[in-house]
Amino acid sequence: MRVIAPQAMEKLVHLLSDDGYEVVGPTVREGAIVYDRLGGMDDLPIGRGDDHGQGHYRLRDRGDKALFGYVVGPHSWKKYLFPPRETLVRVLRRDDGGFETAPGEAPPPRRAFIGVRPCELAAIAVQDRVFLGQAVRDRAYGARRDGVFLVAVNCAEPGGTCFCTSMGTGPRAHGGFDLALTEVIDGDGHFLVAEAGSEAGGRLLERLAPREATEAERTAAERVWREAPARMGRSMRGDAREVLARSLEHPRWEETAARCLSCANCTLVCPTCFCAQIEERPDLEGKVSERVRSWDSCFNGEHSYVIGGPHRTTVAARYRQWLTHKLSTWHAQFGSSGCVGCGRCITWCPVGIDITEEVAAIGADTGGSGP
Amino acid sequence: MRELLEILQGQSFFDGLTEAQLKLVAAFAALRSFEAGRYLFREHEPADAFYLIRSGRVSLESLLPGRQPGTFMTLGGGDMLGWSWLIPPYRWHYDARALEPVHTAHFDAAALRERMDHDPVLGYALHKRFTMLIVERLQAARLQHLDIYASGEGDVGLGG
Amino acid sequence: MSALAAELQGHEPMAPEPWRILAVRREVADGEVFTWTLEPLSGRAATARPGQFNMLYLFGVGEVAISVSAIEDDGAVVHTIRAVGSVTRAMQGLRTGEVVGVRGPFGTAWPVADAKGRDLVLAAGGIGLAPLRPVVHAVLARRQDFGRVLLCYGARSPRDLIFRDELDEWQVRRELDLRVTVDRGTADWKGDVGVVTQLIDRGGFDGRNALAMVCGPEVMMRFSALSLHRRGVAPERTFVSMERSMRCALGFCGHCQIGPHFVCRDGPVFPYPVMEPAFRVNEL
Repeated sequence: MRVIAPQAMEKLVHLLSDDGYEVVGPTVREGAIVYDRLGGMDDLPIGRGDDHGQGHYRLRDRGDKALFGYVVGPHSWKKYLFPPRETLVRVLRRDDGGFETAPGEAPPPRRAFIGVRPCELAAIAVQDRVFLGQAVRDRAYGARRDGVFLVAVNCAEPGGTCFCTSMGTGPRAHGGFDLALTEVIDGDGHFLVAEAGSEAGGRLLERLAPREATEAERTAAERVWREAPARMGRSMRGDAREVLARSLEHPRWEETAARCLSCANCTLVCPTCFCAQIEERPDLEGKVSERVRSWDSCFNGEHSYVIGGPHRTTVAARYRQWLTHKLSTWHAQFGSSGCVGCGRCITWCPVGIDITEEVAAIGADTGGSGP
Repeated sequence: MRELLEILQGQSFFDGLTEAQLKLVAAFAALRSFEAGRYLFREHEPADAFYLIRSGRVSLESLLPGRQPGTFMTLGGGDMLGWSWLIPPYRWHYDARALEPVHTAHFDAAALRERMDHDPVLGYALHKRFTMLIVERLQAARLQHLDIYASGEGDVGLGG
Repeated sequence: MSALAAELQGHEPMAPEPWRILAVRREVADGEVFTWTLEPLSGRAATARPGQFNMLYLFGVGEVAISVSAIEDDGAVVHTIRAVGSVTRAMQGLRTGEVVGVRGPFGTAWPVADAKGRDLVLAAGGIGLAPLRPVVHAVLARRQDFGRVLLCYGARSPRDLIFRDELDEWQVRRELDLRVTVDRGTADWKGDVGVVTQLIDRGGFDGRNALAMVCGPEVMMRFSALSLHRRGVAPERTFVSMERSMRCALGFCGHCQIGPHFVCRDGPVFPYPVMEPAFRVNEL
């Protein structure tokens, strides 16, 4: 087991920058942990933690120097891989009435993600299957995704809305990263256990001059991995895929819709939601028109627009679409659940709708919930 | 008589009736033809018949004040026409007009009705078949009423 | 990585290819429904199959999914469009020679080959005749391969009937049993009045050995499937073409989902049993 000192994060950021990466990671802004450019380890949310509940999120001081002592914020890495708005292609009108096409944007920078949670690694894998695993590859996603350097950080203190153990995605990463860190704060000790997940990760780790863990450090790290799963605030019980598939006309949809504001917060914070609209943006001269892709949500009326109006007119139908897609039909589409158990949709729902509670309620009536 | 029996035997509407029942029904039938433009019956007239249309097309129409007669349905070869003879006050609810030369088997429904009252087995068998016919027409009327091709606003879709 | 793979990786799937309008044809009196014959400027394009669709693009306005309404031997593709939204209304003003964008073809096709040796029932409602027309062409090209062929076509009123010249031609050729009906007749309409399902109810085919393809408004497809079932056509041999909001046609944008299915990727042509939940559950 290799360990590095917390201060090695400074060097890690610089090494990656020197290697040509744009280094992004967690930082505090406007009362939340968000992902943005990191200049060094001082940009990390040192000593900050966060409390999560239904429709509740607050930063707090931890009283220590933890670098990764929070859970997750409203951002996810999809803001870099599948940005909220991007120009896919520019259409250039020619004088003869025809047109040609040109790239929508300059090639994206190569990025290094620092502080990727195991559930977020799983979310990236889910979106990889959506954008890169179908018959046609999404060029824009692929261009951003290829060559990303992933520094994962395992969860020591899952939050109040977390349920990654139920979804099999955490709290410890078992692959899909270049480098994985586990932060251990134990009495006076504060160190990071580092595991390489790729050759590039191994090479970077060597440049950080890691040392072998002492017996005490090994024991402390193992305790973190052992105890974290029990600290989840939520759990998804029962076979959600099956329960929802046979409950398309359950009265619970109407009941929850009465509370749901159809605000789309859940889909915006969800690290796997991929719905997008395509907008045509011509310039004033009529010479160039951009095809712009931006995040959409199944909670928007326009989302299901067909001739004659929106197909899903009710909030109940939209909420059902979201939940059944995320937890049930996603399996048939992409071979996994669309939920990674990060809990963001619970935390950021303004009325505190909790998907684990919804599945349990529907399952209880249909005999499908677990013990 | 034999000709009528053969005509009835070829009609899916009468499928399942016994030969004896078919013979009975055939006894109430007669071949009748209508020139183009002629009415088979008019609204409010006593409904004392029903028809099997053997060939030609028939228009079912309702008079709309101030407008041209509205055709709400057309029937053709193989179709059954008329069930008002089953229900009091036994009056037609619409006009039936031949659009082209129409050949029918005409059934003396008033007499058959009396027969059915005394032969509930036959009565039930015929009622069942007419109920199916009524349901089929009711479903069609409902679908027609929905105006399913009405175009709304929108830009997507296979048809435009 | 091979050169081809590299080229494909760099290819933007949302970039339309320029195609030229070779011919424009009005299908209804006011031109609200019109047909374009298109050819690729590059001279090459993947051949569409009956039932598939293209994304048609108009510079500066946007893109819309339109099924192919005929496939010509020389690679030209025909689309029949109803002007009902901002993109299609803008398309209505285009003339022969102008250039539009095309992406495609996308989606599943009608199972024409599976109908060989069987009776074939085609039920079309409204502009739903357009996606079925290539099937009629394919069948007429190899008429002897099929049993009885019945085309039931219903429209709102006589003025809404499309492909009228071709309907007359089919009527004259008598190679298929063409039945046309309108929901609302007019004084000069000599044809049938009534809903399209009644044309199916009248039979004239061997239900147990028939394959059916249905395209029209969802309600029409639902009731047609019931009528077909009553006539003995197995639900799994009944095919429907679904309409949902297709924005990318690649399975990325998420708009066209019906349960687990992306209409753009897994449809638009589905076996009826696959779509049965969508017909049964409101707003699925």
